[in-house]
Amino acid sequence: MTNNLDLLIPEILVGSLAFIILGLDLFLKPKFKEFIAYIASTGLILILIFSIVPIWNTKANIYENILILDGYAVFFKAIFLILGAVLILSSRNYVNNYFSYVAEYYSIVIFTILAMMFMVSSSEILTAYISLELLSFGLYVLVAFNRFNKRANEASVKYILLGAFSSAILLYGVSQIYGHLGTTNLTQIQQELSLNSDMSMGLIIGFSMFIVGFLFKIGIVPFHMWIPDVYEGASTPVTVYLAVLVKIAVVALFIRVIISGLMPIAQDWQFILIGFSIISMVIGNVVALIQSNIKRLLAYSSIGHAGYILLGVAAIGTLDQKGLIIIDFSRLIVNGIILHLISYSIASISIFLCVDIIFGNSEEEQINSMKGLSARSPLMSLLITASLISLGGLPIFAGFTSKFYLFNAIGTQISLWYVGIAITASLISLYYYLQVIRKIYIDKNEDQESFNIPILSKVILGFLFLGLIILGVYPNILMEFIYHASESLL
Amino acid sequence: MDLIKENILILTILLPLLGAALILIIPSYLSDLVKYIALVVSIITFIISIWIFVLYEINVGGVQLLWDWQWLSIKGSWPLGDKGITLNLGVDGISVMMVLLTGTVMLTGVMASWNIQSRNKDFFVLYFLLLAGVFGVFISYDMFFFFFFYELSVMPMFLLIGFWGSSSDFRTFIRTKEYAAMKLTLFLVAGSVLIWVAIIAIFVQAGLGSFNILEIQKVVDDKFSLYFQQINFLMIMIGFGILAGMWPFHTWSPDGHVAAPTSVSMVHAGVLMKLGAFGIIRIGMTLLPEGANSLMPVLMILGCINVIYGAFSALGQTDLKYVVGYSSVSHMGYVLMGLASMEQLGLTGAVFQMFSHGIMTALFFLAVGAIYNSMHTRDTLILSGLIKKMPYISVFFVLAGLTSLGLPGLSGFTAEILIFLGVFKSYGSLGVLFGSLAVIGAGITAIYILRLLSSVFFGVADKNDYSNLDATKFENIAGIIIVGLILFGGLYPLPFIDMITAGVTPLLGNILGAL
Repeated sequence: MTNNLDLLIPEILVGSLAFIILGLDLFLKPKFKEFIAYIASTGLILILIFSIVPIWNTKANIYENILILDGYAVFFKAIFLILGAVLILSSRNYVNNYFSYVAEYYSIVIFTILAMMFMVSSSEILTAYISLELLSFGLYVLVAFNRFNKRANEASVKYILLGAFSSAILLYGVSQIYGHLGTTNLTQIQQELSLNSDMSMGLIIGFSMFIVGFLFKIGIVPFHMWIPDVYEGASTPVTVYLAVLVKIAVVALFIRVIISGLMPIAQDWQFILIGFSIISMVIGNVVALIQSNIKRLLAYSSIGHAGYILLGVAAIGTLDQKGLIIIDFSRLIVNGIILHLISYSIASISIFLCVDIIFGNSEEEQINSMKGLSARSPLMSLLITASLISLGGLPIFAGFTSKFYLFNAIGTQISLWYVGIAITASLISLYYYLQVIRKIYIDKNEDQESFNIPILSKVILGFLFLGLIILGVYPNILMEFIYHASESLL
Repeated sequence: MDLIKENILILTILLPLLGAALILIIPSYLSDLVKYIALVVSIITFIISIWIFVLYEINVGGVQLLWDWQWLSIKGSWPLGDKGITLNLGVDGISVMMVLLTGTVMLTGVMASWNIQSRNKDFFVLYFLLLAGVFGVFISYDMFFFFFFYELSVMPMFLLIGFWGSSSDFRTFIRTKEYAAMKLTLFLVAGSVLIWVAIIAIFVQAGLGSFNILEIQKVVDDKFSLYFQQINFLMIMIGFGILAGMWPFHTWSPDGHVAAPTSVSMVHAGVLMKLGAFGIIRIGMTLLPEGANSLMPVLMILGCINVIYGAFSALGQTDLKYVVGYSSVSHMGYVLMGLASMEQLGLTGAVFQMFSHGIMTALFFLAVGAIYNSMHTRDTLILSGLIKKMPYISVFFVLAGLTSLGLPGLSGFTAEILIFLGVFKSYGSLGVLFGSLAVIGAGITAIYILRLLSSVFFGVADKNDYSNLDATKFENIAGIIIVGLILFGGLYPLPFIDMITAGVTPLLGNILGAL
């Protein structure tokens, strides 16, 4: 049982790092506490280099198939560690200035990274549920961290209630599935499903609840109500954490559940998911048109992007006329989803980082106060513009490549009509992105005071900009890794 | 030298991009250095575009100067896998003309924007990005990159118009530059929605796993049914038609041209609208020949409406730039009619009209920009007697106007006569009707142009001090380059016509062969 513990070394190390950070807080003098962020992110990067890289090509089922270690899991673990390190570094300024418990913040962040690493590894739905809960509990604390802020309190209450509610739905689904199929293992669920094609009512309810639980966490219309409030209320570093890392983790788990568990009943969930994704794209992008708060605008735009991604997820399994699953293009779609997730993450991180620098802890993140930003900070204006253009899907930035790839794959696999709707939704989104760009570059403002951007943030912004351009101009570099991930999944 | 010759096509994209990167890293207080770098880069690009014209062997024909680079290699078992996405570059006779046009307008545009004061560094970065996109569209033989560069050329327009543009005052209301910029961007991106869907449809239906236009062209007969071609040609036609200023999707174009700064208007009316017509040729007529054949009457009718409607709209304008803007709409109608005629003469004329209108309208906007700079108004009811105040600029405007109404000896005449002949030959008796309407359109053009010339340029001049009003040195050079090309195209159009024929003949053969 314990002889293959070496495959879990990354998780063990990340867990230890969280405890070390927590312990360091007790011994460090207050003036050294601002270095904890560096220790945390360096630790994450070292874990990546020394424990993820050696197991890069491993493929193993461990602990009676509770966990699986394949290229897909390892790829996402690497993504979590890298993005986690970037986000910890970029939240350093905010946390040091406005929070009193610095080390707790970072250790909770690292615990949530641990949860996400387990999530992408789980090959059994109860494990998946438990790691999802570990993630959610960390996030509840993070959202509530800014505890003297009224909006943060409101957001955290909303998040805890709705999060608990969605977890309950998910767990109820899991219990129904276990009750009817007698197993929680994804592979065995797949076997059971392909043997018995007709499903009982309870099983249908179970799977619906299960899927709805996921949609809640991803933030798909009509389960999106918490997203704008929580994104607006939480402090900006936490918002970007929710918008980027958590979304990636849940989508990654969802893809694995779909591919290794639910493929035999693809015809049952596919149209439901397509319907939800189309509603999300349309509602997310249309409601974003009238937002005046930049964080709410990005929240609704993230709902729209979740719609594109869910359309991809829906397209993973398709049946031909004989009722057999076509997975010829599924790998292509998984590539597309991963690419789009990454390009979306880079763009979101850079916008939120800029929003963080511009607004700090002030309550009003109005788009109007970004007027004339180009005169005050050319660097941040460039970054925000590039990211918004990337989110809108225009070249030469990452968003164009990833959207083209994803939509092309979806069009190849299912129908072009859905792609048409998605592209139209993305046209709508361009309008409000351009409005923000207009505020930044074209509108004038008397306030000429320039910002004091920390050098670290400048470096991070520079790298994010490079990432946007490189992914947009030559994504082949990243594609090698993405193939590695999707290859092991299908 | 050989190294440049082998990679000459990619240079047209790389040079503007490198120029943009170079300008980006120069500190903004060195604004003179920025200008000279922009000038040098655009001169080199202009030379390269002439060189491409010389290198293309007309006797051989077909697609030449091929260049490719594996951009995205996709391993695995799916059909897309074996080929991935490759940047395929190549030129045929049509694209050579368009590259020459772009090179000319780029150089003259830089000269026309010599006096931009505020943030000229940012201006030139965006301007070069725009032109890299335009060059890319004209030389790509790969649908993905075609679309990539198409979108790249749309992106900078918003800021170029929104920041450096000008709002126009209609006394009762103001048409703001922000409005024009947003309208233009959304219209063009809406067009690209249709194009994007059509491109994916073509890619999927061809089943080759490749976006290469030349490869897909080989399987058109086997894979594309008539219905498929009609649906997709309709999308391509409308999508690119929006960019080409096709009625009823033309409304962005006058607003956009008027609001844009001089050099951007030049590029926009001169080159970017041609991207639309070029897209219909490169993707629509090449890959969907049967669809093109069955939908061409629609394009003919729309083009005809463009000619007449645009000319009448121009007749009613009092803003000098709006006159030119609507005349662009009208002239793009000729291009669409020439394409729709499906005759050798008509197609040749359409492509030559693209070139001729490109340089002509660039000259128009150059002149109007200079007039606005000196007189601070573009109102035709106020301006008068400009020939005494600004002799050079007036001569440029008059020449552009005469080209526009099709005076023999200037390039507009060559283009329009070919289009008229082609249209008259096509569609039997209906062709006569369309041809007559086109000629009437040319007549209306003569009315609004001559009226304008008589009142604005040759009217009574008030007795003020006229010094320092006329064109700057660079505006003169730019104008002279364009006038030279216009005269060349009117008096000795044979090299151009030969070049276009080399491109049009295989295209037409492809369509007629598919029937």
